[in-house]
Amino acid sequence: MGDLVLGIETSCDETAVAVVERATVVRSSVVSSQIDQHAQFGGVVPEVAGRAHVQELVPVLAEALATAGIEGSEVEAVAATTGPGLVGSLLVGVSAAKALSLAWGVPFVSVNHLEAHLYASFLEEPDLKMPLVVLLVSGGHTMLVLMDGHGRYRMLGSTLDDAAGEAYDKVARYLGLGYPGGPAIDALSADGDPEAFDYPRALVQENPDTLPDDRRFAFSFSGLKTAVVNHVRAEPDVSTADVAASFQAAVVDALITKTGWAIEATGAVGACLGGGVAANSLLRERFAILCEESGVRAFVPSRAMCTDNAAMVAAAGWWRLKSDGPSPLDTGADPNLPLPLLN
Amino acid sequence: MLILGIESAGAQVGCAVGGHEGVLASAHAGRGRRHAEALAPQIDFVCHQAGIELSEVGAVAIDVGPGLFTGLRVGIATAVVLAQALGVPVIPVPSLDLMAFPARWTTRLIVPALDARRDELFSALFRKVPGGIQRVREANVCTPEELSAELEALDEPALLLGDGALRHAEAFTGLRGIEMAEQGLASPSARALVQLAHARAMREEFVQPWELEPIYLRQPDAQINWSSRAGGG
Ligand SMILES: [Zn+2]
Repeated sequence: MGDLVLGIETSCDETAVAVVERATVVRSSVVSSQIDQHAQFGGVVPEVAGRAHVQELVPVLAEALATAGIEGSEVEAVAATTGPGLVGSLLVGVSAAKALSLAWGVPFVSVNHLEAHLYASFLEEPDLKMPLVVLLVSGGHTMLVLMDGHGRYRMLGSTLDDAAGEAYDKVARYLGLGYPGGPAIDALSADGDPEAFDYPRALVQENPDTLPDDRRFAFSFSGLKTAVVNHVRAEPDVSTADVAASFQAAVVDALITKTGWAIEATGAVGACLGGGVAANSLLRERFAILCEESGVRAFVPSRAMCTDNAAMVAAAGWWRLKSDGPSPLDTGADPNLPLPLLN
Repeated sequence: MLILGIESAGAQVGCAVGGHEGVLASAHAGRGRRHAEALAPQIDFVCHQAGIELSEVGAVAIDVGPGLFTGLRVGIATAVVLAQALGVPVIPVPSLDLMAFPARWTTRLIVPALDARRDELFSALFRKVPGGIQRVREANVCTPEELSAELEALDEPALLLGDGALRHAEAFTGLRGIEMAEQGLASPSARALVQLAHARAMREEFVQPWELEPIYLRQPDAQINWSSRAGGG
């Protein structure tokens, strides 16, 4: 029971619906991105996002069912992201999922968006190895989590200021590269020298033991962003490609160094990458090398599964339904919903 | 035909089910704008109270606004997805029609004014006609002072109703021939929605779930909210 789960994801600027079987077989995964509608504003406009979700919902749902080759009545549970995210966007997906739960008479499952990103890896690599260090990097989050069982997370560290993806967006905006910043900087970096400028790597040093416990696995990107902006302001003719490549090298260095420390400190047997920034080519490359060198199994989702999608929501929903049962129909959206932690 | 009506454009959220026998069951709640939390349990409740299964519903009626954006979308997302899943059409009804309809016994000009926040109102003008009401001025968004000036120029007996009119009552005091309706008529009603929608269903005034157009009347604020984006990702 509950093996065919329909997932809905509307936490930010993607309207997505997917059908996943037993949290491993993706029967369909439809994503309608609104990036074009937000690009002119240089970021996600919440009200524009909310309107677009309402408009896209029914066609995306119809396509997800048709591609999966099933009737709605065959769906055994409906999962939706209830947070974190933009509240006006989340509410569209949550309302839709509860409507489907009522119409089909099947359980509704509330899913944490961060947990969903984590399950993106397992969709493609069901052969789990735990304990697992998870590096979750997106426009809204940057954190290192230790996962020692399904739904069992311990926070190792998170960003003290900007998320990595946010730093990408802000630097890209300053460099006039448009929105979203991640893919733009990633592409431009290919033409630049990553060692051209030595931008700061905050909280990264030779010996992690010299950092206080609460900073050891923490990140900070606002100083890096300021350093890049000050540098370009002082040297307006500097090569944008070199700046982009050096900035990206600094971000990825910090992420990889801390992940390496976390693997060592926890004795994890695997490491998993998740979130929109996990689509970044340098990060993927360095993550694979790190895992190889550390002798742990690497779980890196395909690019399509890194960015927001509903297959990961359906997969996380399947596990949550198994462990916690259905969520109540009066569940709302929580823009700041935290990852459920053990510590 | 059984119709499920969903209304969430105003401060309240409500739902009702009914047909040719009138409204069979309804629920309304108006605390703390928790529309998304309340609506699905309400749908379950009214179906149970009416003794029907959702699968017996032949059309879903929905208040398409104008109204408060987030609440409005909770109702619309619920309605279109429900209709799509049940394979039934949607009957869109504007919020201000829903407010005017219960006042259709008056011979006065009917003026619903919904609170649009930012010291503005969503309003329209209606008149009683045989069998119901007729809109004589389209919905717009304006300040209480602008609506007051419009009514003064019309200079005819009018019934003002809605939470916007009550909130900005001072803008209308001293106007000749204006009567203010009480709290009971201040919000769009799901019961009125089912009644109005039933008449429209008889005339087959349906749309498909993917064709529904919300009535926003305001452009989105093109303001990037970095702080709330930080919640997403
Ligand atoms: Zn995400």
